[in-house]
Amino acid sequence: MKILVPVKRVVDYNVKVRVKADGSGVDIAHVKMSMNPFDEIAVEEAVRLKEAGIASEVVAVSAGVAACQETLRTAMALGADRAILIETAAELQPLAVAKLLRVVCASEAPQIVLCGKQAIDDDANQTGQMLAALMNWPQATFASKVTVAAGEGKATVTREIDGGCETVEVVLPAVITADLRLNEPRYSTLPNIMKAKKKPLAVVTPESLGVDIAPRLNSRHVAEPPQRAAGIRVADVAELVARLKSHGELL
Amino acid sequence: MSILVIAEHDNRVLKPATLNVITAGCEIGGEVHLLVAGSASTAVAEAAAKVDGVARVLHADADHYAEQMPENLAALIVQTVQTVAGAAAYSHVLAAATTAGKNFMPRVAALLDVAQISEIVAVSSPDIFVRLIYAGSAVLTVESKDPIKVVTVRTTAFTAASKNGGTAVIVPLAPAADFGRSRVIGRDLTQSARPELGAAKIIVAGGRGLGSSANFHALLEPLADKLGAALGASRAAVDAGFVANDLQVGQTGKIVAPQLYIAVGISGAIQHLAGMKDSRVIVAINKDPEAPIFQSADYALVGDLFEIVPRLTAAL
Repeated sequence: MKILVPVKRVVDYNVKVRVKADGSGVDIAHVKMSMNPFDEIAVEEAVRLKEAGIASEVVAVSAGVAACQETLRTAMALGADRAILIETAAELQPLAVAKLLRVVCASEAPQIVLCGKQAIDDDANQTGQMLAALMNWPQATFASKVTVAAGEGKATVTREIDGGCETVEVVLPAVITADLRLNEPRYSTLPNIMKAKKKPLAVVTPESLGVDIAPRLNSRHVAEPPQRAAGIRVADVAELVARLKSHGELL
Repeated sequence: MSILVIAEHDNRVLKPATLNVITAGCEIGGEVHLLVAGSASTAVAEAAAKVDGVARVLHADADHYAEQMPENLAALIVQTVQTVAGAAAYSHVLAAATTAGKNFMPRVAALLDVAQISEIVAVSSPDIFVRLIYAGSAVLTVESKDPIKVVTVRTTAFTAASKNGGTAVIVPLAPAADFGRSRVIGRDLTQSARPELGAAKIIVAGGRGLGSSANFHALLEPLADKLGAALGASRAAVDAGFVANDLQVGQTGKIVAPQLYIAVGISGAIQHLAGMKDSRVIVAINKDPEAPIFQSADYALVGDLFEIVPRLTAAL
Protein backbone atom coordinates (compact mmCIF):
# COMPACT_ATOMS: atom_id res chain seq x y z
CA MET A 1 0.00 0.00 0.00
CA LYS A 2 1.32 3.37 -1.04
CA ILE A 3 0.97 6.55 1.06
CA LEU A 4 1.30 9.98 -0.53
CA VAL A 5 2.36 12.80 1.79
CA PRO A 6 2.01 16.37 0.51
CA VAL A 7 4.40 18.77 2.27
CA LYS A 8 4.62 22.57 2.20
CA ARG A 9 7.62 24.84 2.61
CA VAL A 10 6.68 27.65 5.00
CA VAL A 11 8.29 30.30 7.18
CA ASP A 12 9.75 28.50 10.19
CA TYR A 13 7.53 28.11 13.23
CA ASN A 14 9.86 30.22 15.39
CA VAL A 15 10.12 33.21 13.05
CA LYS A 16 8.06 36.27 13.94
CA VAL A 17 6.98 37.53 10.53
CA ARG A 18 6.96 41.24 9.68
CA VAL A 19 4.37 42.95 7.55
CA LYS A 20 5.87 44.91 4.64
CA ALA A 21 5.53 48.67 4.99
CA ASP A 22 3.64 48.98 1.68
CA GLY A 23 0.98 46.51 2.84
CA SER A 24 1.69 44.13 -0.04
CA GLY A 25 2.37 41.09 2.15
CA VAL A 26 4.70 39.75 4.80
CA ASP A 27 8.45 39.93 4.36
CA ILE A 28 9.70 36.39 3.85
CA ALA A 29 13.00 37.27 2.17
CA HIS A 30 15.99 36.08 4.21
CA VAL A 31 13.92 34.30 6.85
CA LYS A 32 14.36 30.66 7.80
CA MET A 33 12.04 28.31 5.91
CA SER A 34 11.05 24.85 7.11
CA MET A 35 8.56 22.08 6.50
CA ASN A 36 5.08 22.98 7.77
CA PRO A 37 4.97 21.38 11.27
CA PHE A 38 1.65 19.59 10.64
CA ASP A 39 3.12 18.08 7.45
CA GLU A 40 6.12 16.84 9.44
CA ILE A 41 3.67 15.00 11.68
CA ALA A 42 2.03 13.53 8.55
CA VAL A 43 5.41 12.31 7.24
CA GLU A 44 6.20 10.74 10.61
CA GLU A 45 2.86 8.92 10.69
CA ALA A 46 3.33 7.60 7.14
CA VAL A 47 6.84 6.39 7.97
CA ARG A 48 5.56 4.65 11.11
CA LEU A 49 2.91 2.88 9.01
CA LYS A 50 5.69 1.71 6.72
CA GLU A 51 7.81 0.55 9.66
CA ALA A 52 4.78 -1.36 10.97
CA GLY A 53 4.63 -3.23 7.67
CA ILE A 54 1.32 -1.66 6.63
CA ALA A 55 2.60 0.76 3.98
CA SER A 56 4.98 -0.41 1.28
CA GLU A 57 6.07 2.98 0.01
CA VAL A 58 5.90 6.60 1.20
CA VAL A 59 6.01 9.26 -1.51
CA ALA A 60 6.43 12.92 -0.55
CA VAL A 61 5.13 15.61 -2.88
CA SER A 62 5.45 19.38 -2.77
CA ALA A 63 4.32 22.23 -5.00
CA GLY A 64 6.20 25.50 -5.22
CA VAL A 65 9.59 27.02 -5.96
CA ALA A 66 12.75 25.01 -6.65
CA ALA A 67 13.82 25.41 -3.00
CA CYS A 68 10.95 23.06 -2.02
CA GLN A 69 13.47 20.35 -2.97
CA GLU A 70 15.02 20.98 0.46
CA THR A 71 11.65 20.31 2.10
CA LEU A 72 11.31 17.09 0.12
CA ARG A 73 14.86 16.04 1.11
CA THR A 74 13.83 16.62 4.74
CA ALA A 75 10.81 14.35 4.22
CA MET A 76 13.09 11.69 2.72
CA ALA A 77 15.54 12.06 5.63
CA LEU A 78 12.60 11.30 7.93
CA GLY A 79 11.91 8.15 5.94
CA ALA A 80 9.96 8.93 2.75
CA ASP A 81 11.18 6.71 -0.11
CA ARG A 82 11.04 9.17 -2.98
CA ALA A 83 9.70 12.59 -3.86
CA ILE A 84 7.91 14.62 -6.51
CA LEU A 85 8.26 18.38 -6.89
CA ILE A 86 5.64 20.26 -8.87
CA GLU A 87 7.81 23.25 -9.61
CA THR A 88 6.39 26.73 -10.14
CA ALA A 89 7.20 30.24 -9.03
CA ALA A 90 3.54 31.26 -9.37
CA GLU A 91 1.32 31.89 -6.35
CA LEU A 92 -0.48 28.68 -5.35
CA GLN A 93 -3.80 28.72 -3.51
CA PRO A 94 -5.33 25.64 -1.83
CA LEU A 95 -7.76 24.79 -4.66
CA ALA A 96 -4.91 24.86 -7.18
CA VAL A 97 -2.75 22.63 -4.96
CA ALA A 98 -5.64 20.19 -4.54
CA LYS A 99 -6.01 20.04 -8.34
CA LEU A 100 -2.29 19.38 -8.76
CA LEU A 101 -2.46 16.63 -6.14
CA ARG A 102 -5.47 15.10 -7.91
CA VAL A 103 -3.32 14.53 -11.00
CA VAL A 104 -0.53 13.05 -8.87
CA CYS A 105 -3.08 10.76 -7.16
CA ALA A 106 -4.35 9.61 -10.54
CA SER A 107 -0.88 8.46 -11.62
CA GLU A 108 0.49 7.28 -8.24
CA ALA A 109 -2.75 5.61 -7.05
CA PRO A 110 -2.06 5.86 -3.29
CA GLN A 111 -4.43 4.21 -0.83
CA ILE A 112 -3.93 7.02 1.68
CA VAL A 113 -3.04 10.69 1.28
CA LEU A 114 -1.74 11.84 4.64
CA CYS A 115 -1.20 15.59 5.01
CA GLY A 116 -1.07 18.28 7.68
CA LYS A 117 -4.39 19.78 8.72
CA GLN A 118 -3.27 23.30 7.86
CA ALA A 119 -0.22 25.30 6.89
CA ILE A 120 1.02 27.82 9.44
CA ASP A 121 1.45 30.60 6.86
CA ASP A 122 -1.99 31.08 5.27
CA ASP A 123 -3.82 29.12 8.04
CA ALA A 124 -6.33 28.00 5.39
CA ASN A 125 -7.03 24.40 6.49
CA GLN A 126 -8.45 23.42 3.09
CA THR A 127 -6.17 21.39 0.83
CA GLY A 128 -6.77 17.89 2.23
CA GLN A 129 -10.55 18.28 2.27
CA MET A 130 -10.52 19.76 -1.25
CA LEU A 131 -8.44 16.89 -2.57
CA ALA A 132 -10.82 14.37 -0.98
CA ALA A 133 -13.75 16.12 -2.69
CA LEU A 134 -12.03 16.19 -6.10
CA MET A 135 -11.17 12.46 -5.80
CA ASN A 136 -14.65 11.64 -4.40
CA TRP A 137 -12.86 9.96 -1.48
CA PRO A 138 -13.83 9.94 2.19
CA GLN A 139 -11.89 12.20 4.53
CA ALA A 140 -10.77 12.01 8.15
CA THR A 141 -9.46 15.39 9.25
CA PHE A 142 -7.69 16.54 12.45
CA ALA A 143 -6.44 13.04 13.25
CA SER A 144 -4.97 12.25 16.66
CA LYS A 145 -4.81 8.47 16.11
CA VAL A 146 -4.70 6.42 12.90
CA THR A 147 -5.18 2.66 12.65
CA VAL A 148 -5.08 1.04 9.22
CA ALA A 149 -6.60 -2.37 8.52
CA ALA A 150 -5.02 -2.80 5.11
CA GLY A 151 -6.56 -6.23 4.52
CA GLU A 152 -10.07 -4.86 4.98
CA GLY A 153 -9.27 -1.67 3.04
CA LYS A 154 -10.28 0.52 5.95
CA ALA A 155 -8.78 3.06 8.32
CA THR A 156 -10.03 3.99 11.78
CA VAL A 157 -9.20 7.56 12.73
CA THR A 158 -9.71 9.40 16.00
CA ARG A 159 -10.39 13.07 15.25
CA GLU A 160 -10.04 16.10 17.50
CA ILE A 161 -13.34 17.98 17.48
CA ASP A 162 -14.81 20.82 19.54
CA GLY A 163 -15.64 19.45 22.96
CA GLY A 164 -13.80 16.15 22.71
CA CYS A 165 -12.96 13.55 20.10
CA GLU A 166 -14.69 11.39 17.53
CA THR A 167 -13.69 8.12 15.87
CA VAL A 168 -14.55 7.54 12.23
CA GLU A 169 -14.06 4.58 9.95
CA VAL A 170 -13.28 5.37 6.32
CA VAL A 171 -13.07 3.06 3.33
CA LEU A 172 -9.75 3.41 1.50
CA PRO A 173 -8.60 5.22 -0.57
CA ALA A 174 -9.03 8.22 1.70
CA VAL A 175 -7.48 11.51 2.77
CA ILE A 176 -6.33 11.83 6.39
CA THR A 177 -5.13 15.15 7.83
CA ALA A 178 -2.83 15.27 10.85
CA ASP A 179 -3.48 17.28 14.00
CA LEU A 180 -0.81 18.31 16.46
CA ARG A 181 -1.00 15.37 18.84
CA LEU A 182 -0.97 12.54 16.29
CA ASN A 183 2.71 11.90 17.05
CA GLU A 184 6.04 13.53 17.82
CA PRO A 185 8.18 13.56 14.69
CA ARG A 186 11.67 12.08 14.99
CA TYR A 187 14.82 14.05 14.37
CA SER A 188 16.57 13.14 11.16
CA THR A 189 20.01 11.64 11.73
CA LEU A 190 23.10 12.56 9.73
CA PRO A 191 23.29 9.15 8.00
CA ASN A 192 19.64 9.48 7.01
CA ILE A 193 20.18 13.03 5.74
CA MET A 194 23.07 11.70 3.59
CA LYS A 195 20.94 8.79 2.37
CA ALA A 196 18.08 11.17 1.51
CA LYS A 197 20.34 13.00 -0.95
CA LYS A 198 20.51 9.86 -3.06
CA LYS A 199 16.79 9.09 -3.05
CA PRO A 200 14.90 9.82 -6.30
CA LEU A 201 13.28 13.24 -6.69
CA ALA A 202 11.21 13.82 -9.85
CA VAL A 203 10.41 17.35 -11.02
CA VAL A 204 7.26 18.16 -13.00
CA THR A 205 5.38 21.43 -13.63
CA PRO A 206 1.72 22.49 -13.41
CA GLU A 207 1.81 22.86 -17.21
CA SER A 208 3.08 19.32 -17.73
CA LEU A 209 0.28 18.09 -15.45
CA GLY A 210 -2.26 20.17 -17.41
CA VAL A 211 -3.60 22.00 -14.35
CA ASP A 212 -4.86 25.59 -14.29
CA ILE A 213 -3.41 27.14 -11.13
CA ALA A 214 -4.68 30.71 -11.59
CA PRO A 215 -5.42 32.26 -8.17
CA ARG A 216 -9.09 32.83 -7.32
CA LEU A 217 -8.45 35.13 -4.41
CA ASN A 218 -6.80 38.49 -4.77
CA SER A 219 -4.79 39.73 -1.79
CA ARG A 220 -5.57 43.46 -1.50
CA HIS A 221 -3.84 44.49 1.66
CA VAL A 222 -1.82 43.04 4.53
CA ALA A 223 -1.61 44.99 7.80
CA GLU A 224 -0.19 44.65 11.29
CA PRO A 225 -2.77 43.41 13.80
CA PRO A 226 -4.05 46.05 16.22
CA GLN A 227 -1.97 46.21 19.39
CA ARG A 228 -3.50 46.10 22.84
CA ALA A 229 -2.91 49.18 24.96
CA ALA A 230 -0.44 48.72 27.79
CA GLY A 231 -2.07 47.42 30.95
CA ILE A 232 -1.97 48.35 34.60
CA ARG A 233 0.17 46.56 37.18
CA VAL A 234 -1.94 45.94 40.26
CA ALA A 235 -0.38 45.60 43.70
CA ASP A 236 -2.48 42.81 45.18
CA VAL A 237 -5.63 40.73 44.99
CA ALA A 238 -7.75 43.45 46.63
CA GLU A 239 -6.79 46.00 43.97
CA LEU A 240 -7.38 43.46 41.19
CA VAL A 241 -10.88 42.67 42.45
CA ALA A 242 -11.66 46.40 42.82
CA ARG A 243 -10.47 47.06 39.25
CA LEU A 244 -12.52 44.21 37.84
CA LYS A 245 -15.60 45.34 39.75
CA SER A 246 -15.20 48.80 38.21
CA HIS A 247 -16.05 47.16 34.87
CA GLY A 248 -19.56 46.59 36.22
CA GLU A 249 -20.98 43.64 34.37
CA LEU A 250 -17.75 41.61 34.48
CA LEU A 251 -18.11 40.09 37.93
CA MET B 1 -28.48 37.44 -4.12
CA SER B 2 -29.14 35.05 -1.23
CA ILE B 3 -26.86 33.71 1.43
CA LEU B 4 -26.91 30.09 2.54
CA VAL B 5 -25.80 29.54 6.13
CA ILE B 6 -25.15 25.96 7.24
CA ALA B 7 -26.58 25.30 10.70
CA GLU B 8 -24.48 23.50 13.30
CA HIS B 9 -26.50 21.33 15.67
CA ASP B 10 -26.70 17.94 17.36
CA ASN B 11 -30.20 17.04 16.07
CA ARG B 12 -31.64 18.49 19.27
CA VAL B 13 -30.41 22.06 19.64
CA LEU B 14 -29.00 24.70 17.32
CA LYS B 15 -25.39 25.46 18.34
CA PRO B 16 -24.81 29.10 19.37
CA ALA B 17 -21.98 29.40 16.80
CA THR B 18 -24.62 29.46 14.04
CA LEU B 19 -26.08 32.67 15.47
CA ASN B 20 -22.79 34.51 14.92
CA VAL B 21 -22.59 33.26 11.34
CA ILE B 22 -26.10 34.58 10.67
CA THR B 23 -24.91 38.03 11.77
CA ALA B 24 -22.00 37.78 9.29
CA GLY B 25 -24.54 36.79 6.61
CA CYS B 26 -26.71 39.82 7.41
CA GLU B 27 -23.63 42.06 7.15
CA ILE B 28 -22.96 40.78 3.63
CA GLY B 29 -26.55 41.70 2.73
CA GLY B 30 -29.24 39.76 0.89
CA GLU B 31 -31.69 37.16 2.10
CA VAL B 32 -30.26 34.70 4.65
CA HIS B 33 -31.37 31.08 4.37
CA LEU B 34 -30.43 28.51 6.99
CA LEU B 35 -29.79 24.90 5.95
CA VAL B 36 -30.51 22.31 8.66
CA ALA B 37 -29.42 18.80 7.72
CA GLY B 38 -30.00 16.15 10.36
CA SER B 39 -31.97 13.15 11.46
CA ALA B 40 -35.07 13.56 13.62
CA SER B 41 -34.06 17.21 13.72
CA THR B 42 -37.43 18.97 13.51
CA ALA B 43 -36.81 20.78 16.81
CA VAL B 44 -33.66 22.32 15.33
CA ALA B 45 -35.47 23.49 12.20
CA GLU B 46 -38.20 25.04 14.35
CA ALA B 47 -35.66 26.84 16.53
CA ALA B 48 -33.83 27.98 13.39
CA ALA B 49 -37.01 29.52 11.99
CA LYS B 50 -37.28 31.78 15.04
CA VAL B 51 -33.78 33.26 14.70
CA ASP B 52 -33.83 36.95 13.86
CA GLY B 53 -32.59 37.64 10.34
CA VAL B 54 -33.37 34.23 8.85
CA ALA B 55 -35.78 34.42 5.89
CA ARG B 56 -36.07 30.72 5.15
CA VAL B 57 -35.07 27.40 6.72
CA LEU B 58 -34.20 24.54 4.37
CA HIS B 59 -34.64 21.31 6.25
CA ALA B 60 -33.23 17.98 5.05
CA ASP B 61 -34.00 15.10 7.36
CA ALA B 62 -32.63 11.62 6.67
CA ASP B 63 -30.84 8.84 8.56
CA HIS B 64 -27.60 9.54 6.75
CA TYR B 65 -27.49 13.12 8.09
CA ALA B 66 -27.59 11.96 11.73
CA GLU B 67 -23.83 12.44 12.17
CA GLN B 68 -23.50 15.22 9.57
CA MET B 69 -20.53 13.57 7.91
CA PRO B 70 -18.65 15.98 5.64
CA GLU B 71 -19.09 13.84 2.51
CA ASN B 72 -22.89 13.79 2.83
CA LEU B 73 -23.22 17.37 4.02
CA ALA B 74 -21.08 18.74 1.18
CA ALA B 75 -23.06 16.83 -1.45
CA LEU B 76 -26.35 18.18 -0.07
CA ILE B 77 -25.06 21.78 0.06
CA VAL B 78 -23.75 21.61 -3.49
CA GLN B 79 -27.03 20.11 -4.71
CA THR B 80 -28.95 22.90 -2.95
CA VAL B 81 -26.76 25.67 -4.35
CA GLN B 82 -26.93 24.29 -7.88
CA THR B 83 -30.72 23.87 -7.91
CA VAL B 84 -31.44 27.55 -7.38
CA ALA B 85 -30.76 29.79 -10.39
CA GLY B 86 -31.52 33.33 -11.42
CA ALA B 87 -32.04 36.25 -9.08
CA ALA B 88 -32.51 34.03 -6.02
CA ALA B 89 -29.27 32.10 -6.68
CA TYR B 90 -26.90 31.74 -3.76
CA SER B 91 -23.96 34.12 -3.88
CA HIS B 92 -22.46 32.98 -0.58
CA VAL B 93 -22.28 29.80 1.48
CA LEU B 94 -21.33 30.44 5.11
CA ALA B 95 -20.54 28.21 8.08
CA ALA B 96 -18.85 28.63 11.43
CA ALA B 97 -15.08 28.07 11.52
CA THR B 98 -15.55 25.33 14.09
CA THR B 99 -14.03 21.87 13.67
CA ALA B 100 -17.29 20.91 11.92
CA GLY B 101 -17.33 23.85 9.50
CA LYS B 102 -13.62 23.52 8.78
CA ASN B 103 -14.22 19.88 7.91
CA PHE B 104 -17.00 20.09 5.31
CA MET B 105 -16.68 23.59 3.83
CA PRO B 106 -13.48 23.08 1.75
CA ARG B 107 -15.22 20.04 0.29
CA VAL B 108 -18.13 22.26 -0.75
CA ALA B 109 -15.75 24.80 -2.29
CA ALA B 110 -13.85 22.19 -4.30
CA LEU B 111 -17.06 20.62 -5.63
CA LEU B 112 -18.26 24.08 -6.71
CA ASP B 113 -14.80 24.77 -8.17
CA VAL B 114 -14.38 27.94 -6.11
CA ALA B 115 -11.92 29.11 -3.48
CA GLN B 116 -12.77 29.10 0.20
CA ILE B 117 -12.15 32.16 2.33
CA SER B 118 -11.23 30.72 5.74
CA GLU B 119 -12.17 32.09 9.12
CA ILE B 120 -13.10 35.67 8.30
CA VAL B 121 -13.14 38.26 11.09
CA ALA B 122 -14.85 41.07 9.14
CA VAL B 123 -16.92 41.68 6.01
CA SER B 124 -15.74 44.67 3.94
CA SER B 125 -18.11 44.11 1.01
CA PRO B 126 -19.89 41.11 -0.53
CA ASP B 127 -16.61 40.26 -2.32
CA ILE B 128 -14.02 41.46 0.19
CA PHE B 129 -13.27 39.90 3.55
CA VAL B 130 -10.74 40.28 6.35
CA ARG B 131 -8.93 37.29 7.87
CA LEU B 132 -5.83 36.60 9.89
CA ILE B 133 -2.74 34.83 8.62
CA TYR B 134 0.48 33.65 10.30
CA ALA B 135 -1.41 32.84 13.53
CA GLY B 136 -2.70 36.39 13.80
CA SER B 137 0.64 38.09 13.10
CA ALA B 138 -0.83 39.74 10.00
CA VAL B 139 -4.28 40.84 8.87
CA LEU B 140 -5.16 40.03 5.27
CA THR B 141 -7.86 41.77 3.24
CA VAL B 142 -8.81 39.44 0.42
CA GLU B 143 -11.09 39.72 -2.61
CA SER B 144 -12.83 36.74 -4.18
CA LYS B 145 -13.32 36.61 -7.94
CA ASP B 146 -15.53 33.51 -7.79
CA PRO B 147 -19.29 33.58 -8.57
CA ILE B 148 -20.04 31.82 -5.27
CA LYS B 149 -18.14 32.70 -2.12
CA VAL B 150 -17.60 29.82 0.27
CA VAL B 151 -16.72 31.39 3.61
CA THR B 152 -16.03 30.14 7.14
CA VAL B 153 -16.61 32.63 9.93
CA ARG B 154 -14.66 33.13 13.15
CA THR B 155 -17.59 33.25 15.53
CA THR B 156 -15.92 35.43 18.16
CA ALA B 157 -15.59 38.26 15.62
CA PHE B 158 -19.36 38.65 15.12
CA THR B 159 -22.16 39.19 17.63
CA ALA B 160 -24.85 36.53 17.96
CA ALA B 161 -28.17 37.02 16.19
CA SER B 162 -31.17 36.98 18.49
CA LYS B 163 -32.78 33.56 18.95
CA ASN B 164 -36.21 35.17 18.81
CA GLY B 165 -38.07 37.49 16.53
CA GLY B 166 -37.72 35.56 13.28
CA THR B 167 -40.67 34.03 11.44
CA ALA B 168 -38.98 32.08 8.67
CA VAL B 169 -40.81 29.49 6.61
CA ILE B 170 -39.50 25.92 6.83
CA VAL B 171 -39.04 24.33 3.42
CA PRO B 172 -38.41 20.57 3.31
CA LEU B 173 -35.41 19.60 1.22
CA ALA B 174 -34.95 16.29 -0.59
CA PRO B 175 -31.87 14.50 0.70
CA ALA B 176 -28.91 13.78 -1.59
CA ALA B 177 -27.63 10.22 -2.04
CA ASP B 178 -25.77 8.61 0.88
CA PHE B 179 -21.97 8.58 0.34
CA GLY B 180 -21.67 5.39 2.35
CA ARG B 181 -17.87 5.08 2.65
CA SER B 182 -17.40 6.75 6.03
CA ARG B 183 -19.13 6.45 9.37
CA VAL B 184 -18.78 7.58 12.96
CA ILE B 185 -18.05 4.67 15.28
CA GLY B 186 -17.58 6.60 18.51
CA ARG B 187 -17.71 10.01 20.09
CA ASP B 188 -16.16 10.96 23.39
CA LEU B 189 -17.33 14.41 24.44
CA THR B 190 -16.06 15.95 27.63
CA GLN B 191 -18.86 16.13 30.16
CA SER B 192 -18.73 19.26 32.24
CA ALA B 193 -21.11 21.44 34.20
CA ARG B 194 -18.98 24.45 33.23
CA PRO B 195 -19.75 26.50 30.12
CA GLU B 196 -18.20 25.54 26.77
CA LEU B 197 -14.90 27.31 26.06
CA GLY B 198 -16.13 28.90 22.86
CA ALA B 199 -19.29 30.31 24.42
CA ALA B 200 -18.05 31.28 27.91
CA LYS B 201 -18.21 34.90 29.13
CA ILE B 202 -15.33 34.27 31.54
CA ILE B 203 -12.39 31.90 31.08
CA VAL B 204 -9.87 30.88 33.71
CA ALA B 205 -6.82 29.44 31.94
CA GLY B 206 -3.76 27.79 33.40
CA GLY B 207 -0.23 27.21 32.13
CA ARG B 208 2.90 25.33 33.01
CA GLY B 209 3.28 27.51 36.13
CA LEU B 210 0.66 25.38 37.87
CA GLY B 211 3.26 22.62 38.04
CA SER B 212 0.99 19.58 38.01
CA SER B 213 -2.41 18.28 37.03
CA ALA B 214 -3.41 18.11 40.69
CA ASN B 215 -2.49 21.76 41.25
CA PHE B 216 -4.26 22.80 38.05
CA HIS B 217 -7.54 21.33 39.22
CA ALA B 218 -7.18 22.17 42.92
CA LEU B 219 -6.42 25.84 42.28
CA LEU B 220 -8.34 26.74 39.13
CA GLU B 221 -11.58 24.78 39.49
CA PRO B 222 -12.77 26.63 42.64
CA LEU B 223 -11.99 29.96 40.95
CA ALA B 224 -13.78 28.95 37.75
CA ASP B 225 -16.79 27.68 39.67
CA LYS B 226 -17.01 30.89 41.71
CA LEU B 227 -17.03 32.92 38.48
CA GLY B 228 -19.20 30.54 36.44
CA ALA B 229 -16.23 30.39 34.08
CA ALA B 230 -14.94 27.86 31.59
CA LEU B 231 -11.51 26.30 32.11
CA GLY B 232 -8.79 26.77 29.51
CA ALA B 233 -5.13 25.88 29.23
CA SER B 234 -1.97 26.78 27.36
CA ARG B 235 -0.37 24.29 25.01
CA ALA B 236 2.45 23.84 27.53
CA ALA B 237 -0.07 22.74 30.17
CA VAL B 238 -1.71 20.33 27.72
CA ASP B 239 1.63 18.92 26.55
CA ALA B 240 2.64 18.43 30.19
CA GLY B 241 -0.51 16.36 30.64
CA PHE B 242 -2.22 18.65 33.20
CA VAL B 243 -5.51 18.66 31.25
CA ALA B 244 -7.13 17.20 28.13
CA ASN B 245 -6.46 18.54 24.63
CA ASP B 246 -9.85 20.12 24.14
CA LEU B 247 -9.10 22.79 26.77
CA GLN B 248 -6.22 24.21 24.76
CA VAL B 249 -6.48 27.89 23.84
CA GLY B 250 -4.21 29.11 21.06
CA GLN B 251 -3.33 28.99 17.39
CA THR B 252 -3.58 25.21 17.28
CA GLY B 253 -6.40 24.99 19.82
CA LYS B 254 -9.47 27.11 20.41
CA ILE B 255 -9.76 30.78 19.48
CA VAL B 256 -11.69 32.53 22.24
CA ALA B 257 -12.78 36.09 23.00
CA PRO B 258 -14.60 36.16 26.35
CA GLN B 259 -15.47 39.26 28.37
CA LEU B 260 -12.84 38.30 30.94
CA TYR B 261 -9.79 36.05 30.48
CA ILE B 262 -7.73 35.20 33.54
CA ALA B 263 -4.34 33.71 32.62
CA VAL B 264 -2.70 31.92 35.52
CA GLY B 265 0.92 30.81 35.26
CA ILE B 266 0.91 31.28 31.48
CA SER B 267 4.06 32.89 30.05
CA GLY B 268 2.31 34.11 26.88
CA ALA B 269 3.83 32.41 23.84
CA ILE B 270 2.76 33.95 20.51
CA GLN B 271 0.80 30.82 19.76
CA HIS B 272 -1.23 31.19 22.96
CA LEU B 273 -1.80 34.94 22.49
CA ALA B 274 -3.15 34.21 19.00
CA GLY B 275 -6.01 32.33 20.65
CA MET B 276 -7.10 34.85 23.30
CA LYS B 277 -5.89 38.37 22.53
CA ASP B 278 -9.33 39.50 21.39
CA SER B 279 -10.73 38.96 24.90
CA ARG B 280 -12.25 42.16 26.31
CA VAL B 281 -10.36 42.23 29.60
CA ILE B 282 -7.25 40.14 30.20
CA VAL B 283 -5.84 39.48 33.67
CA ALA B 284 -2.44 37.83 33.99
CA ILE B 285 -1.04 36.29 37.14
CA ASN B 286 2.59 35.22 36.89
CA LYS B 287 5.65 35.22 39.11
CA ASP B 288 7.97 36.37 36.33
CA PRO B 289 7.64 40.15 35.88
CA GLU B 290 9.18 39.80 32.39
CA ALA B 291 6.61 37.25 31.15
CA PRO B 292 5.35 38.30 27.68
CA ILE B 293 1.74 37.73 28.77
CA PHE B 294 1.94 41.00 30.73
CA GLN B 295 2.31 42.97 27.49
CA SER B 296 -1.17 41.83 26.47
CA ALA B 297 -2.79 42.04 29.89
CA ASP B 298 -5.07 44.83 31.07
CA TYR B 299 -4.31 43.93 34.67
CA ALA B 300 -1.03 42.36 35.64
CA LEU B 301 -0.43 40.80 39.03
CA VAL B 302 3.14 39.69 39.66
CA GLY B 303 3.50 37.09 42.37
CA ASP B 304 3.17 33.50 43.49
CA LEU B 305 0.03 32.06 41.93
CA PHE B 306 -0.20 29.46 44.72
CA GLU B 307 -0.89 32.31 47.16
CA ILE B 308 -2.76 34.65 44.83
CA VAL B 309 -5.33 32.28 43.29
CA PRO B 310 -6.84 31.01 46.57
CA ARG B 311 -6.97 34.60 47.84
CA LEU B 312 -8.69 35.72 44.65
CA THR B 313 -11.21 32.88 44.90
CA ALA B 314 -11.95 33.87 48.51
CA ALA B 315 -12.27 37.57 47.63
CA LEU B 316 -14.89 37.09 44.91
